[in-house]
Amino acid sequence: MSIVTDPARPIAVPEESGTAKPRRRGSFGFNSISPTEKVVRYLLLVFVLLITIGPFLWQLSTSLKGSGEDIYTRIPRLLPAQPTLSHYGEVADTIPVWDYMKNSLLVAVLVVGGNIVGSSLAGFALSRLEFRFRRIVLGLFLATLVLPGEVTIISQYVTVRELGLANTLFGVALPGMIGALNVLLMFNAFRSLPIEVDQAAVVDGANVWQRFVYIGLPSVRGTISVVAIFAFIGAWDDFLWPLIVLTDPDKYTLTVGLQYLSGTFSNNPRLIAAGTMIAFIPIVIVFAVCQRFFFKGVEEGAVKG
Amino acid sequence: MKYHRWFTPWVLIVPALAWLLVFNLWPSVNTVILSFTNARPIGGGTFVGLKNFETLLHDEQLRYALLNSVIYMVVCLPFLTIFPLLLAVLVEKKLPGITFFRTAFYTPVVASAVVVALIWQWILDDRGLVNGLAEKLGVISGPLPFLSDQWLLLLSAISLTIWKGLGYYMIIYLAALGNVGRELHEAAAVDGASAFRRFVNVTIPGVRGTMVLISILISVSALRVFSELFILSGGKGGPGGRDNSVVMLIQQYSQGFEGNLGYASALSIVLFFVTVVPMLVLARLNRKGAEA
Repeated sequence: MSIVTDPARPIAVPEESGTAKPRRRGSFGFNSISPTEKVVRYLLLVFVLLITIGPFLWQLSTSLKGSGEDIYTRIPRLLPAQPTLSHYGEVADTIPVWDYMKNSLLVAVLVVGGNIVGSSLAGFALSRLEFRFRRIVLGLFLATLVLPGEVTIISQYVTVRELGLANTLFGVALPGMIGALNVLLMFNAFRSLPIEVDQAAVVDGANVWQRFVYIGLPSVRGTISVVAIFAFIGAWDDFLWPLIVLTDPDKYTLTVGLQYLSGTFSNNPRLIAAGTMIAFIPIVIVFAVCQRFFFKGVEEGAVKG
Repeated sequence: MKYHRWFTPWVLIVPALAWLLVFNLWPSVNTVILSFTNARPIGGGTFVGLKNFETLLHDEQLRYALLNSVIYMVVCLPFLTIFPLLLAVLVEKKLPGITFFRTAFYTPVVASAVVVALIWQWILDDRGLVNGLAEKLGVISGPLPFLSDQWLLLLSAISLTIWKGLGYYMIIYLAALGNVGRELHEAAAVDGASAFRRFVNVTIPGVRGTMVLISILISVSALRVFSELFILSGGKGGPGGRDNSVVMLIQQYSQGFEGNLGYASALSIVLFFVTVVPMLVLARLNRKGAEA
């Protein structure tokens, strides 16, 4: 095993990196990395890269292969011999994939919006304000984490049905619009601000709302982006809950629609591949754009404990 | 000094608290209530006493589902506690382009389980990538029935879950590695400890708490598996429904004319108790380990 642990945390302590770098370069200390180790590390990285994104590339390739091309060859060809986008059009002709995308997007936007607003308000109150039963309320949020969502999914459905929201997209979005975990994440983020800042603001005559907007929110942006990204991915990728709530095919979200597609075209891998790529590419773009905030937020949370 | 009026915090909390009550706490109570009824997906139901629980005892499908869940958990646990840690150690070092690798390793986590399962369905197909390559290499003479054999299907779904989980647990470990004392590593290195020894004697003890947490997460999510098995088996749960998971059974009873929300709720209660067990066991192991 040639893997070496590097306990230095350049990202977690940004101020340090500027001053520490020149010193490290000069010395052959603990943090220097030999050329051999570098090569081995990159080889391992590329190996894992093939394992993790290889299947996606294979699917992308299948979706682009022309109808005349043999996709069952024993020697797999990653590059299509007759590249075509026609399967993407075909998918859209047979299932209303753009409507499904709109449905998924609507649900995701509702869930993201609800979580940002709801959990930051509650997290702020729980960490920065004093009131009776604060600990009990906090305990309630903690307690729900123990319960896997699938355990309550049937009675959640009954609740949504009694609200008259069965078979609606709003019904799909509603239960996830404020997650207990997100409330706790925001609670943790707000709690790490020094209380003196709040006290100074109170002396200056700031009310709760002003402290929330001008002091609280700006300093928890990292956690808010983590909440937003996770909420978006969760809503976009969810399958079981929309499958239970929705019965009309024209209200399906992308994941449920895809499963429908695979049932209809089980013998045409090119079409299914195109369908999966339509569901996959948007989320990858969202993630690629946000990954900077995401990894920063994750480390931020870790440092604060 | 008075910071705010007494009701101000409540105004901020009410939305979240309402959600908690309506969509978490009440459904937990209602699951128990429903499990004593024969409520239907459409329309109401009546009280049937312990009938659902009696049926559970003789439910052959449930027995298979529980067996599958246990196998799932036992196989996933070692792979998903070790590999992601190795990955985290690999991507922890700042190298040019490391952000790209971290992001790429996380991609399977971001993708929907449905998308991932459909991709693997194609790869594991009788005429798919794996069988094609294996036949070309002469390892097998005919295609392996990854998607139609009871055990191969289960194994395929397990592999898929492990593959999809690597990046997720890698990130948790990555955050934890930041808290492993750098001084300890330096001291060990000065004392001439090899990279491997430092991994075993410094890194692993340093992330021990995280490891326990991750084992709990893995166990619970293995017992909750749904999409992978559902999609890979084409929604049918494998030959004779022998590849169902508990959640798949719950979903099956949630719809249609044959649906029975009361029975689905009784199954949910089984799921609850099944998922509580690994949590208790691991929490206990952790306490013992901390004392030793």
